[in-house]
Amino acid sequence: MRILLIEDDREAAGFLTKGLQEAGYVVDHAASGPDGLHLATTESYAAMIVDRMLPGVDGLDLIGLLRKEDIDTPVLILSAMDKVTDRVEGLRAGGDDYLTKPYAFSELQARLEALVRRGQAAPLADTHLRVGGLEMNLLTRQVTRDGRPIDLLPREFQILEFLMRHSGQVVTRTMLLETVWNYHFDPKTGVIDVQISRLRQKLDKDFDQPLLHTVRGAGYCLREAD
Amino acid sequence: MKPTNLLHTSTFRFAVIYMTVFALSVCGVLAFLYWNTVAVIDTQGDDTIEAEIIGLAEQYKARDLAGLAEVIRTRSAGDSGRRNLYLLTTPFYTPLSGNLTQWPEEAQGDPRWIDFRFGQANHPGARPQIARARTFLLPGGYHLLVGRDLTERTVFRKNITETLVWALLMTVLLGLGGGFLLSRNFLRRIDAIGDSSRAILHGDLSQRMPLTGSDDEFDRLSDNLNEMLDQIERLMDGMRGVADNIAHDLRSPISRLRGRLEMTLRTTPDLVRYRETLEKTIEETDGILETFNSLLAIALAESGALKDGFETLDLGALARDAAELYDAAAEQRGQRLTTKIAEKCSVRGDRNLLSQAISNLLDNAMTHTPDNGAIVIAVAQGADGPELTVADNGLGIPESDRERVLQRFARLDGSRSTPGSGLGLSQVAATARLHEAALRLSDNRPGLRVSLVFQRATDS
Repeated sequence: MRILLIEDDREAAGFLTKGLQEAGYVVDHAASGPDGLHLATTESYAAMIVDRMLPGVDGLDLIGLLRKEDIDTPVLILSAMDKVTDRVEGLRAGGDDYLTKPYAFSELQARLEALVRRGQAAPLADTHLRVGGLEMNLLTRQVTRDGRPIDLLPREFQILEFLMRHSGQVVTRTMLLETVWNYHFDPKTGVIDVQISRLRQKLDKDFDQPLLHTVRGAGYCLREAD
Repeated sequence: MKPTNLLHTSTFRFAVIYMTVFALSVCGVLAFLYWNTVAVIDTQGDDTIEAEIIGLAEQYKARDLAGLAEVIRTRSAGDSGRRNLYLLTTPFYTPLSGNLTQWPEEAQGDPRWIDFRFGQANHPGARPQIARARTFLLPGGYHLLVGRDLTERTVFRKNITETLVWALLMTVLLGLGGGFLLSRNFLRRIDAIGDSSRAILHGDLSQRMPLTGSDDEFDRLSDNLNEMLDQIERLMDGMRGVADNIAHDLRSPISRLRGRLEMTLRTTPDLVRYRETLEKTIEETDGILETFNSLLAIALAESGALKDGFETLDLGALARDAAELYDAAAEQRGQRLTTKIAEKCSVRGDRNLLSQAISNLLDNAMTHTPDNGAIVIAVAQGADGPELTVADNGLGIPESDRERVLQRFARLDGSRSTPGSGLGLSQVAATARLHEAALRLSDNRPGLRVSLVFQRATDS
């Protein structure tokens, strides 16, 4: 899968490229806005990572130009500006996700994965989600595993829905905080872990095969047993 | 202060302008008075002359020239004040009878109204006086003059002019003097404020603007400035404190980090050990970032920059969100987390900062409450406005320490062993200040009760 990385910091670009290559992506790197724009318009990519502060150009302007050219490749914006208003601005300009520096590489990888999949995934209008024996009816808000009903609190339902929509992918704590609580700050790393372990209790307690896995140092992953 | 500067003050300028306006109105009033009075005097004089003429004409008709001369003689003698003037002359202006010594030169020619000067018969050396008269040509070429002395008018004019001069003189003197005093007074107050601000500018932030205790506009200005200075001093102290605390709270983990990396490098290469060190390093970096982010959040709240983006928020919903995030953690520790949320408590604010503040309060409550403890998060419409309360039955905070815990990095001795950056409550305090909410710490007997009392949202 091909990724375009537009980032002027050589060192950051170096370790990002290396990390993404190890994760199985093919990475093209552009160190300036014009180079990036040229690559983005001439080549085809599964997703782009754009630094917001490029020399001479605002990354947001670059995204605006791309969108005007009808290039709707998903874009992940990287920025040191971490106010909620900055984030909103980034998403309004045509970005698909916004990650503030400093970030964990695992966080970036998880978000990139989610973006790439979103580009290909089935429409969100589904009324049923299914992962292995786990089924979720979005209309009746019922959850069953192998036909046995599972009782969930409203928030747990939302967490599970997000995990099911991104099944097989790593979902980070901040992704859950952002989508389920609309929190753009990190309260305490522990609280989400405890939420997840309570949810895991309900999902996996009576079954041999666990569905909800913790990915060390990154987040969680809901996937069918191999 | 040099007196030349005094004349350049705005107060003095105002005083001069005021004085000029006042002087002009004095002139106006006196001129009006003068013209009106003179007009009245003139009309009265003319009327008197007309009446005399009618009387004399009747005498003339009845008794002819001799009778007229006779009447004039009696009238002239009777009028000792010499207010009315009479003169009957031959065709060659030789006086026949009357109280004027000679026919005035101005009165020769056709009969008409004239103004003229005349010498006083009994005081030959005195200044000639002004009079007004009507002349007639009688049959046979005789001339008759009936007039009135206008000395009264002249005296009046002189009085008015004198009054005017004195009034103007006094106005100018008082105006300039008053303006001078006023300016000096104002200048003294302004200079006092100026001196203090210069002292502050040169680094003595403990200086305050002088107050006279009169509660006038200068005192109010000084009061406002002093409040501003208090706030600046508080912020400066805060900054200084933060700098010290950052030095302490960030430097120690960073040097610990560095030490560990250095030690690992010096040992014999061992993959497992390396890995362990790196993991610990990442963990420690996350901790540093967390502290850093908290500091930024506080700085952001204190900058007030977010005020423009305030929106109307449901305080109850925010509290519920936070409670639903912490419920699992409370459950795990066997603590009871209950919500008591009244509907429709809206506040104007920044969603992110408020959520973070509520999270911090819950986090604090959970950390300082023993397992099996109880925590209540409540939202209610209080007497002063919407109120959010987090109460626990844990250790509480001694009254003497309550002020201190709101400061950055403050950690009570007993809590050194519990985790936390010490920034939680100061973030809450900064958020409260930004939202103009009152942060109240009280005793929950046992435990701590923290309340945020918001301003009532004005627009819904």
